[in-house]
Amino acid sequence: MEKPKLATTSLAGCFGCHMSFLDIDERILKLVELVQFDKSPIDDIKEFTGQCLVGLVEGGCANEENVHVLQKFRKNCDILISVGDCAINGGIPAMRNDLSIKECFEEAYLNGPSVYNPSGVLPDDKELPLLLDKVYPCHEVVKIDYHLPGCPPSADTLWEALVALLTNKPLELPYELIKYD
Amino acid sequence: MNETLQATVKKICEENGNDRTKMINIVKSVQKKIGCVNNESIDSIAKQVNAPRVDVEGVVSFYAFLSKESKGKIVIRLCNDVVDKIKGVDKVAEAFCDELGIKMGDTTSDDTFTLEYTPCIGMCDQAPAALINDTVVTDLSPDKIKKLISDLKEQNDPSKISFPKGDGNNAHELVNSMVNNNILKKGEVIFSDFESGASLKKALSMKPEEVIGVIKTSSLRGRGGAGFPTGLKWEFTRAAKGDRKIVMCNADEGEPGTFKDRVILTERYDLLFEGMAIAGYAIGSDAGIIYLRGEYLYLKNFLESMIGKAKENGFLGKKILGLEGFDFDIRIQMGAGAYICGEESALISSCEGLRGDPKTRPPFPAQKGYKNCPTTVNNVETFCCVSKILDIGAEKFVQIGTKGSTGTKVLSISGDCKKPGIYEFPFGVTLEELLGDAGAEDVQAVLVGGPSGQFIASDGFKRKICFTDLATGGSIVIFNKQRNMLEIADEYMAFFEEESCGYCTPCRVGNVLLKKCLERIIDGKGEPKDLDYLNELGESIKLTSRCGLGQTSPNPVLTTIKNFRSQYESIIKEKKDGMQPGFDIKKAINEAENLTGRKSVIF
Amino acid sequence: MEQKAITFTIDGVEIKGSPGQTIMQAADEAGVYIPRLCYLKDLTPHGSCRICTVMVNGRSQAACTQPITEGMVVENNTDALDEHRRNIVDMLFVEGNHYCMFCEKSGNCELQAMAYRLGICAPKYPYLFPQSNVDASHPDILIDRNRCILCGRCVIASRDVDGKNVFEFVGRGPEKRIAVNAEAKLSDTDIDVTDKAAQVCPVGAIIKKRVGFAVPIGERLYDKEPIGSDIESKKNK
Repeated sequence: MEKPKLATTSLAGCFGCHMSFLDIDERILKLVELVQFDKSPIDDIKEFTGQCLVGLVEGGCANEENVHVLQKFRKNCDILISVGDCAINGGIPAMRNDLSIKECFEEAYLNGPSVYNPSGVLPDDKELPLLLDKVYPCHEVVKIDYHLPGCPPSADTLWEALVALLTNKPLELPYELIKYD
Repeated sequence: MNETLQATVKKICEENGNDRTKMINIVKSVQKKIGCVNNESIDSIAKQVNAPRVDVEGVVSFYAFLSKESKGKIVIRLCNDVVDKIKGVDKVAEAFCDELGIKMGDTTSDDTFTLEYTPCIGMCDQAPAALINDTVVTDLSPDKIKKLISDLKEQNDPSKISFPKGDGNNAHELVNSMVNNNILKKGEVIFSDFESGASLKKALSMKPEEVIGVIKTSSLRGRGGAGFPTGLKWEFTRAAKGDRKIVMCNADEGEPGTFKDRVILTERYDLLFEGMAIAGYAIGSDAGIIYLRGEYLYLKNFLESMIGKAKENGFLGKKILGLEGFDFDIRIQMGAGAYICGEESALISSCEGLRGDPKTRPPFPAQKGYKNCPTTVNNVETFCCVSKILDIGAEKFVQIGTKGSTGTKVLSISGDCKKPGIYEFPFGVTLEELLGDAGAEDVQAVLVGGPSGQFIASDGFKRKICFTDLATGGSIVIFNKQRNMLEIADEYMAFFEEESCGYCTPCRVGNVLLKKCLERIIDGKGEPKDLDYLNELGESIKLTSRCGLGQTSPNPVLTTIKNFRSQYESIIKEKKDGMQPGFDIKKAINEAENLTGRKSVIF
Repeated sequence: MEQKAITFTIDGVEIKGSPGQTIMQAADEAGVYIPRLCYLKDLTPHGSCRICTVMVNGRSQAACTQPITEGMVVENNTDALDEHRRNIVDMLFVEGNHYCMFCEKSGNCELQAMAYRLGICAPKYPYLFPQSNVDASHPDILIDRNRCILCGRCVIASRDVDGKNVFEFVGRGPEKRIAVNAEAKLSDTDIDVTDKAAQVCPVGAIIKKRVGFAVPIGERLYDKEPIGSDIESKKNK
């Protein structure tokens, strides 16, 4: 029987959740017995090759590209999991949520204490995705099946959750594994 | 520091005896005198009455009629209650905005006019209505606004503009108002003939315990909405330990759609004063306080003058009806725009010069109320019933109404009907009967008890107004079949969101969340699971909230889901693509598109 | 004169308390934990968070303010009440801006700990992302209103213990927030870092400067044991 597929991505996150995922260390060998990686920075597959059983999403939605990727994940994954605080509540990027985009740009590219930008030009290449009015938690954009909080969630949390889902067991995390930091 | 301002504030504080518990009077006077209670005034008041400045700020920021920012000399508060909306207040608002050249919430550049919305001001039977400073104007329509504004500009004082006087005591020189009573049905208790002094005389011929006994025999229950047995409340207050006891009248009717106490105060103040004096005699109190909602300030001088008359007649004051040792006086405490102050313990907080937060119970007001004195708080209509009970006797009183709900109920009927106004029915009247009397046709829903009550659909029109079926403080709002029940529920949720005191979590946050979800459903982005979400959230708010406000505020949503479910179901649909219907990518990138001047290449 | 003990039950277990005690006080002494956020032993109960809602003879009451009476039947540890408590905790999370990942209080925060205890992975309500502010004017104490849950502990502690009235609430409804006894800044008040008001915040809204992150992750108050374990352990002894 073909192994189920797993996809992962990082939206407006710091890749810390992916780093934590790698912290499962040698258990990754057991994991690849259970699952085959599809679209993911871990194996550098850029596009979905087919329907996946599980999708792990790190980071919230700060720009249109994040939304686009997240929607693709929803379409291509049976079970979609928000991984980490940024996916769940926007995290540090969401600290801009009480500011307008104009204020963010001015602080980031014109007035910030460490900014050197004598020409006063704001980056505006058409390749740059448009920012959203605020950073959205993933579950406010698409439906999310499970949430694994933490900044990042520990390797044990990710491991326990994945093994439970891949072996058809109920996902019940012990007290020590639900943490928001 | 501005010396004149300081002197003004100092004078006002001194007039109030530099008494912190008179804080509402102090800040209201300052607001009236200088148009706001700014930081400088707050500092001066705090110094003068020896209170922490943050406490003064806490009070000023609590009440809608007080503000730290300066307002125009003439503040137009247009009532945006649901009934006013039905009666076309939006067009009236537009006319005001056009005429003054400002938006709602703004002040004209010459600081003359401020235009803002205010929740129900108790004029639903003559809506749209507005408060212009302390003056009430009713039956507004867009074509009247031009003249109204030009009159205001000319007179510079809203109380001086001329208009036809209302009926009854509204035309009295001390009321001098265009408000109408619209008493359309007189019952056997409140609006029947009554000889001043007769009840009081009877009461004073009995022992106080016997008076309480009569009230208990009459099975009188509170008319404000909660329906607590009045005799029992008095018994507790009488039995409570305390050197001084207080009789408090709740005249803060703020439930949207209620205006019956306004009419009772205007026409049956004699019944009220006597009922309060009887309560004073029964519980052993010499002090009565009427907490009058800020919106009814136009009745204050009149009521005070009538209190004076009652004193002259020996019904109030010292040695009442010649009885040595029985003194009872009444004073009026004004509110300052807060629905929550209709909750009895919040009302007491407000009388004590505090933020209108409900108090922790126990102790109940009967044990420790106003300034820790045992206090009975009763509704205006309840006191009037007391007078009538003493007059006609408890045995006769219990024959009116039904077994568990004795006497009559004064209802304020408004909304989609030909004859909005005041109706006094015996308890047990069916909705069908009162709809007939009010000339309501094509009725879709009746809101019984205001938004904190319930929306009843036609299958419930045979239900009765009484404590065991449909209990109400008096608000009856009728909606015809053209009305969108979801939008109406949404309007009422906006009211609760605004009027929550914010003390407890479920009411402060939960109502905001209920409204957010309801808005999304109205926007066509609802899903079937949202109805479960609303029900569960609503139940949590009801079960865990600290006072009656939060324990009833989800009702507009919960009772429309229950009784008008098909209206929800007709606009919700299950989304199977896994996307959240509430997320709008076009809206989310709109700001960035405008800022960068380029369009999304993805969406 | 010895006062007669009051006997009542919580979840069917008989508890003895003294007259004048609240359900919370009697339960704490008996080693029964009732979840709570605004309540703090030795401060006048505020009764605002409503997490401690229990059923008393079938009616909901706040355990922190409800006195015990003979024979009362209290329900506390039920699925239905825990669901309401989860909803309230969710409300508090979405009402503020709670970024646990950089909050000095993380691991010792009672709101966070309550969410852990109730097994919350993410709030079910939409985040409100309010505009809020930080007051860092005082040399030793910081106020971050993004994290305030309006529990009133600082107000009560300052008034009743410190005798200072440094804090009070201003605004109403969703606009309600904590204010200080000065036109704007905490540094203009007479608060001192040793005041009770500076110690009692359950979250990271009022914190002492320069002492954050002193305890390593894994050794903080709620890293290993759920909040309330200290009370529950009394029962096991």
